Amino acid sequence: MDFILQPWNWYVGGPLISISLLLYFYFGKNFGASTNFETLCTMAGAGKVSDYFKKDWKDRDFALLFVIGLIIGGFISSIYLIPNQSIDLNPKTVQELTELGFSNIGSQYFPEEIFGEEVLFSLKGFLILLISGILVGFGTRYAGGCTSGHAITGLSSLQFPSLLAVFGFFIGGIIATWFIIPIIF
Amino acid sequence: MVYNSNYILDMKNIKFLFLGIFFAIVLSKTQAISWYRFYEMFKFQSFHMYGIIGGAVLISMIFMQLFKKGIIKDNNGNKIVPKQKKKGFIHTVLGGTLFGLGWGISGACAAPIFVILGFKLMPALILLVGAILGAFFYGLLSKKLPN
Repeated sequence: MDFILQPWNWYVGGPLISISLLLYFYFGKNFGASTNFETLCTMAGAGKVSDYFKKDWKDRDFALLFVIGLIIGGFISSIYLIPNQSIDLNPKTVQELTELGFSNIGSQYFPEEIFGEEVLFSLKGFLILLISGILVGFGTRYAGGCTSGHAITGLSSLQFPSLLAVFGFFIGGIIATWFIIPIIF
Repeated sequence: MVYNSNYILDMKNIKFLFLGIFFAIVLSKTQAISWYRFYEMFKFQSFHMYGIIGGAVLISMIFMQLFKKGIIKDNNGNKIVPKQKKKGFIHTVLGGTLFGLGWGISGACAAPIFVILGFKLMPALILLVGAILGAFFYGLLSKKLPN
């Protein structure tokens, strides 16, 4: 019981993610998450606007079930499995974020400055989330995969395009955290 | 009455629902959905996410070799062949960079957006709507973008 409620170490995470990948392939499908954003477009009727989305989304019912599982798993985790969301952060990280005006740093998985209720009803807070989402959705489809599809599936199967994509992920992530976050906060 | 195979949900795929639940729990319990963990990663201030992603890649490499040699086959007995990613420099690096910008600011990449719905419903919904819009814009522009 203790193991279930404590945070899991990084060396538990890697193998369990690999097992997820193994099962996904064992069930006969290619492991990845971001194609679902396109499938959701198709389901919302985007095929009427662009031929790109004229696909049969029922062919991707397995992936939609996986997504529903992700959502259910998120609720199960947040309600039952993580009594304490505090994160043991590097003191340097805490100091930096304090200087940027963040509070209660690492006491929850998600900072109130980005995910808080009151932030949602401010134009700035809303736009930060919406634009980030647009960048994630656009970027991942342009790159042809996300962390699951490129960084884990692609790198482990030694695909060069995935190495380029992961290189891009880090350029973007570094620009965001080193330069953009200090500007917007 | 016979249920035909065009029925919306093919029940044999229900295993993917359970796999999704499992994967979400793994990401949640290892803090791999936390905004702070990705901030630290991109600032090179913690080993945690490198350990998780690096470990996942290394062990998956072993599985990929077992797929390639045909030692592990899928549940229908077919050889497992991961899809080949589209080649090209601009679309991978530029697309990857745009994705990284969104990931770095929001701390959420594709799969975690769905998991975070269970933690922070409204903010994750905004992220999700954004991601769907982003994929939509890509679809509209896909033929015009450099590869």
